[in-house]
Amino acid sequence: MSSSPAPFQTIRTPDASPRPTKIHADGVKVIYGTKQALHGVSIDIGEKSVTAFIGPSGCGKSTFLRCINRMNDTIVGARVEGKITLDGEDIYNTDLDVVELRARVGMVFQKPNPFPKSIFDNVAYGPRIHGLAKSKADLEEIVVTSLQKASLYNEVKDRLQEPGTGLSGGQQQRLCIARAIAVSPEVILMDEPCSALDPIATAKVEELIDELRTNYTIVIVTHSMQQAARVSQRTAFFHLGHLVEEGPTDHIFTNPLEQRTQDYITGRFG
Amino acid sequence: MTATLSHNTPEQALIVSHIDLGLQRRYRSERRFRAYGIAALTFGILCLVLLFSSIISRGYTAFEQTRITLKVDFDPAIVAPDGNRSAEAIMGGDAFRFDDLFSATVQKSLEISPDDEDGLYDALDLFSKGSSPMLRQMLAQDPALIGTTKDVEFYATGDVDSFVKGSIRADIPESQRNIKDKHIVLITKLKDSGALHLAFNTGLFTFGASTRPEVAGVGVAAIGSLYMMLVVLSLSLPLGVAGSIYLEEFAPKNRWTDLIEVNINNLAAVPSIVYGMLGLAVFINFAHLPRSASLVGGLVLTLTTLPTVIISTRAALKAVPPSIRDAGLGIGASKMQTVFHHVLPLAVPGILTGTIIGLAHALGETAPLLMIGMKAFVVDYPATPLDPATSLPTQIYMWATEPERAFIERTSAAIMVLLAFLLAMNSCAVLLRRMFERRW
Ligand SMILES: Nc1ncnc2c1ncn2[C@@H]1O[C@H](COP(=O)(O)OP(=O)(O)OP(=O)(O)O)[C@@H](O)[C@H]1O
Ligand SMILES: [Mg+2]
Repeated sequence: MSSSPAPFQTIRTPDASPRPTKIHADGVKVIYGTKQALHGVSIDIGEKSVTAFIGPSGCGKSTFLRCINRMNDTIVGARVEGKITLDGEDIYNTDLDVVELRARVGMVFQKPNPFPKSIFDNVAYGPRIHGLAKSKADLEEIVVTSLQKASLYNEVKDRLQEPGTGLSGGQQQRLCIARAIAVSPEVILMDEPCSALDPIATAKVEELIDELRTNYTIVIVTHSMQQAARVSQRTAFFHLGHLVEEGPTDHIFTNPLEQRTQDYITGRFG
Repeated sequence: MTATLSHNTPEQALIVSHIDLGLQRRYRSERRFRAYGIAALTFGILCLVLLFSSIISRGYTAFEQTRITLKVDFDPAIVAPDGNRSAEAIMGGDAFRFDDLFSATVQKSLEISPDDEDGLYDALDLFSKGSSPMLRQMLAQDPALIGTTKDVEFYATGDVDSFVKGSIRADIPESQRNIKDKHIVLITKLKDSGALHLAFNTGLFTFGASTRPEVAGVGVAAIGSLYMMLVVLSLSLPLGVAGSIYLEEFAPKNRWTDLIEVNINNLAAVPSIVYGMLGLAVFINFAHLPRSASLVGGLVLTLTTLPTVIISTRAALKAVPPSIRDAGLGIGASKMQTVFHHVLPLAVPGILTGTIIGLAHALGETAPLLMIGMKAFVVDYPATPLDPATSLPTQIYMWATEPERAFIERTSAAIMVLLAFLLAMNSCAVLLRRMFERRW
């Protein structure tokens, strides 16, 4: 174990008009077997806004993101300490049902991972298992509106029964977003959603994120400074398992308070 | 390529030539590796061809059989002396009257004088001992035949069959062959008259065990094997798949599951005869299940196949990309839903292939079946899996120990039947795999 002499201090710059807190993390530590990946991360994530996580590879962005919907539970040997609340409710409380949590906190992964089923079934799967649709017509409506929200509908409306895996990478990623939206989550976590996409598809997804912001709380991990600057309202910079600095996006990119943040966003390391 | 490169300085030329040297060596080693591969493959294929050609060349004759057609006069004075022509009356009473009927038929057909008793016996030697019971069966099925004449096909004995096919040769000393010169005269006579001929051997597929090769077949054994395969399939598929799903997807990864994993791999390597001993001790001596029943055979074979099924199922589950599990869980599906809705369907081709190959193994398994007594002499078809039965491989084993020429060719023929089953099952595995395979 590393011995940290002085407690690490995250530099925080509050918003001019802070949003109500949706997710609150307090001293989150993650240990993979013997390797500590996060050393006490505390952050408040505002409701109905986009928060971007940036930082060099291996700094623990994905790890922290996966704590928020407890996907780390599936990793053998991973241990999570600290506290995360969603609307004031402790998500690591043993009373909380992890299935319900994941229905409320959706996730879009780095690599598009549609089910090897039809486009329709991909989107309909979530509502089906959660019993969100009363009838067939209901279900169809959910699927169509989700695809519309993910701005994919026009491209696939004639081939809803074709396999989702037959779409292009960008379309697949938007299908995954539609799939996440279909269960009406409160929060959507996105782990480098555009890393496999070309600039045009990326632009579409970014546009989409901007639209979704009005209804959903979005947390996005990205390696692209421009993307973080374009889509997010707040940005958090991670380094070596610490949350170094967080604040309003324009502030972080124009006037970072910490040297390491400055170095990273100007491309001096990473 | 190299021609277009310009070497400006000697150092550069040196470097390029270095790279060329390395490439040469790599290509050489690749060529060598390919040669090894092709050699290994050729050797394997040669062995296979040798095996098949030896079995087929020895066994193909068994698919034909010598039959002798005689005109039978169903004389009521012989078969129904009391005038009662009912089926019961035919099956009841003196069995010798059908021997008499048959003798009379042979005597008449071969024009043997009524005084020449030796000549008659020599002629009867050519026919299967099952001939007169066959006549009786015929009449019992259709008593209206009484009083009519009809051409009936009789089986020649295995020795006559071998002689006709040339595997017993006439040019060796008479004392060393079962077919004597007097028999040869009769055979030639029958052949010339067209009564003796070769026909497709349907009995090979429908008859059961018999000491007389001409009426021995693998039909009963095949049904026994079928029952066993059904038992194996209906036990090892659900047990194996459920067990593997639990181990692979649900069980915590700790020392206990590691231990179980190691032991499953060990079980797959246990010689099958050990499972036979276990089956003998547990199913027969302890549970008092009937000896030589296909249920017991199926249970024992389930034990031998289960590790194979588990190992291949786990491999199939492991091969499903983790991103699919993430997708399922990420949307709020429970572990169970993720496994059954997304992971299992992708693993189905692998599971089916593993199971069918396991079944094919079980079909050819012999040693454990010998241990539990499945080499009994079974003539009748088993009606249920609890009835005495044999299996294809044990039937082959039993025939292989018979000395008659006719059994030698039948052994090879039975092997061909078994191989055909295996081939069919393996093609099934390939087909199913194609059918269920999906891209993701
Ligand atoms: N399943 C795991 N088992 C062990 N260590 C892990 C595991 N996942 C991540 N780690 C380690 O935890 C640290 C943080 O990983 P994480 O995936 O969160 O990084 P990241 O910031 O998302 O990087 P990237 O930008 O490359 O995706 C890394 O050092 C990584 O090696
Ligand atoms: Mg990551």
